Amino acid sequence: MILASESGEFPPISHLVEWKDLLLGGTPFSINKVVLINVVAGLLTILLFVLASSKKGLVPKGVQHVTESAVGMVSGIVADVMPHDDDHHKYNAKKFLPLLVSMFFFIFFNNIAGIIPFVQMPGTARMALPIFLSLLVLLVSNFYGIKQNGVGTHFKNALFPPGVPKALYLLVTPIELLSQFIVRPFSLAVRLFANVFAGHLLLVIFGFLSNKLMTSDTFALKPVAILPFLMLIFLTLFEVMVAFLQAYIFTLLSAVYIGGYLSPEH
Amino acid sequence: MSMLAQVTEEIAKAGTNNKGLAAIGYGAGAIGPGIGIGYLVGQSVQAMARQPEAAGMVRTTMFLGIAFTEALALIGFVAYILASA
Repeated sequence: MILASESGEFPPISHLVEWKDLLLGGTPFSINKVVLINVVAGLLTILLFVLASSKKGLVPKGVQHVTESAVGMVSGIVADVMPHDDDHHKYNAKKFLPLLVSMFFFIFFNNIAGIIPFVQMPGTARMALPIFLSLLVLLVSNFYGIKQNGVGTHFKNALFPPGVPKALYLLVTPIELLSQFIVRPFSLAVRLFANVFAGHLLLVIFGFLSNKLMTSDTFALKPVAILPFLMLIFLTLFEVMVAFLQAYIFTLLSAVYIGGYLSPEH
Repeated sequence: MSMLAQVTEEIAKAGTNNKGLAAIGYGAGAIGPGIGIGYLVGQSVQAMARQPEAAGMVRTTMFLGIAFTEALALIGFVAYILASA
């Protein structure tokens, strides 16, 4: 649809990611392609774990193997970056494993939709989903930080880091306030969004270029189309890696942010 | 004074057609994170080569560092899109 733009000019960026409303158009609940992809990604995540837990074998195979590897990977993250379980912690870091694993798969399915033929639109290439997920992480991390240490201690630890000379708090506290409650969720969302969107843009550019060259009027230009097409194949494979890596990094950073507030009182 | 007016006029003119400027801005914004990520990964590889048993820990920290450094370049990319759209 995008590639078949008749004008011959590269379409403006907004044309690449804005889709027509399919259902309930005009209302705040309107459903377009991106919303549909988000919903399908969520359902796929649920389906994956239902399938994996319905047939439990001693030796993991198929779906069970995939989910068990992912759970193993995420619990590796949790063990690396979240505080270890001991008597000082009300909340075992393992408690967050279900959230992190399902977040990983949800983001991964949303990202991978960008290279699935005929879908070809990553669900995370609109800002809405990344910003929602990062606000969720902000909410969860602060909620459990408050539950762990109480409201006063939680914000005291966050805004007045111990071991800093008293006079420096004039400088440190505003910076911490800005960095923890504004820059942190913003950069978490932008990182996911921009990576996936940049990949989508690259695929469109090379797809557009090979299409233009192949349908060009000058016959000599037609064989040149093989070059951007090869690049397109390479970039598609690259996008698989990006989809995985961004889901991994989002999960890792969520674990870091949640774990950072779980430390006991200093 | 007239020079100031001229400059403002130029800026206003650029503001209506700033796609090229936005692209240059993104290119400039990518220099720092590019150097940063290169240095970071290089040091991580060195750490992993020196102490292979710590590779897992170094890798996790490396990804964290990349994620933080990369954020600057990505904010530049978003700024480019906002400026050129």
